[in-house]
Amino acid sequence: MRLLGFLLLVAGWMLVLAALGLLPFGPSQTSFVLVALAVEALGLAFVFRSHLISGRDRK
Amino acid sequence: MTPLSPPEISGASFALCLLLILLIPCASAGLTLINAGLGRFRNAAHSMTSALCVIAVAAAVYFFVGAAWQGYAGQPAYALHAAGRDWNWIGAQRFFLRGVESGGAASLAALFGLLGAGLAAIIPLGSGADRWRLGSSCASTALLAAVTYPTFAHWAWGGGWLAQIGFVDSGGASAIQAVGGFTALSITWILGPRRGKFSSEGMPTALPGHNAVLVLLGCFLAWLGWLGLNGAGAILFTGVESTRVVLVAVNTTLAASSAALVAAAITRARFGKTDASLTANGWVAGLVAVSAGCAVIRPAAAVIVGLIAGALVVYSVEWLELRLGVDDPGGSISVHAVAGVWGLIAVAPLAALMPGGAPGQWSAQLAAVATLLGFVLPLTYGLNWLLNRLSPQRVPVEGERQGLDLYELGAGAYPDFLTHNDDFWQR
Repeated sequence: MRLLGFLLLVAGWMLVLAALGLLPFGPSQTSFVLVALAVEALGLAFVFRSHLISGRDRK
Repeated sequence: MTPLSPPEISGASFALCLLLILLIPCASAGLTLINAGLGRFRNAAHSMTSALCVIAVAAAVYFFVGAAWQGYAGQPAYALHAAGRDWNWIGAQRFFLRGVESGGAASLAALFGLLGAGLAAIIPLGSGADRWRLGSSCASTALLAAVTYPTFAHWAWGGGWLAQIGFVDSGGASAIQAVGGFTALSITWILGPRRGKFSSEGMPTALPGHNAVLVLLGCFLAWLGWLGLNGAGAILFTGVESTRVVLVAVNTTLAASSAALVAAAITRARFGKTDASLTANGWVAGLVAVSAGCAVIRPAAAVIVGLIAGALVVYSVEWLELRLGVDDPGGSISVHAVAGVWGLIAVAPLAALMPGGAPGQWSAQLAAVATLLGFVLPLTYGLNWLLNRLSPQRVPVEGERQGLDLYELGAGAYPDFLTHNDDFWQR
């Protein structure tokens, strides 16, 4: 889960770079960046969740 | 993407900028006192010593390689050509700060970067308090000052690809604060919580800081330091006239004030009494959040930035501890990462004083946030994870029980205090 979370974080960033490189300034680019941030938010949730679980396992 | 030219800095602006940069160590002193005060008394000397050592390591490593890779707008840099554009991704200046004697804006930027690296390095000390080895914190700082900080600082301030798309961060809400804050998050994940912090059911135990006076004195020092940080950054990286520094100082003070007031009000409303440490954290969160847009927003907008930062920090501290099981004694993640990200986003809707409007400002600011999450966080986590594999970063149980002052330094900060262990339960 942790690795998947970090992969989603990096993938979201790659989507942002793609949006900046391929789309012109404007609402479409901003929307694409927002979607990429949503991917990153999902990845962050996975990483938090994996650390929460591993913390409980340690107990 | 168009290459950026460095801002013109007149003689008077140069002198003012230098004066403001010389205030930045006050911000480091302030954060150090806050971290020490929010930790336990048996780790106080260790906390202060760690701060001094990481500043020294950050300065040394930044001198060796960091400054060369950070660079400055208009200076030599490497660029990748992709999608029909040049992506300026890393500086190509000379190592060992050669050329700094020539003066000019690039020299000021190098001095700013040297002090900024130290400030960023202090931030994770707050989250790793009471359990982070001195040697490990220095090694982690070396990686921060060599890789993470200069790379992002180049993108944001050194004419890199973020600067090319119009990203605005005058005082370092991203390059210093959020980079430090996300490193702090990585450190808390890698170190794990302090022993006794969470019960076997996962409920957190209150481990209050040992000296509220140190914490609040740190806030005053941080205020002075941030006036320098934001003022100098506005001249160097946003290219404003020296007369705009008055607005920067007003915005900085208003944001900190409104953030502290709202944090005090929320804690009083929720807990019946004002919480000193959260009020202090609110104050610093206001300083952090306004750093991004201090030169391009109006005072009323700075109040809004501060109000939301103050509220965010109170709820974020609680959320991280109660829901996410993160033990962050200094509140570094909430204060520097969460408030820093909020400050970056707030620039897009509130930047009324941007020269020539701000086309694509939303994209630029959100791209920076995405870079912090998708590049800085995985990078800093990966580097610190590797470091932890090579040499465990956390002190052994005995070190935590004894206190890091005695365990790592051999002497306590308060030798006249009666030592007691009632806040330690071995699981």
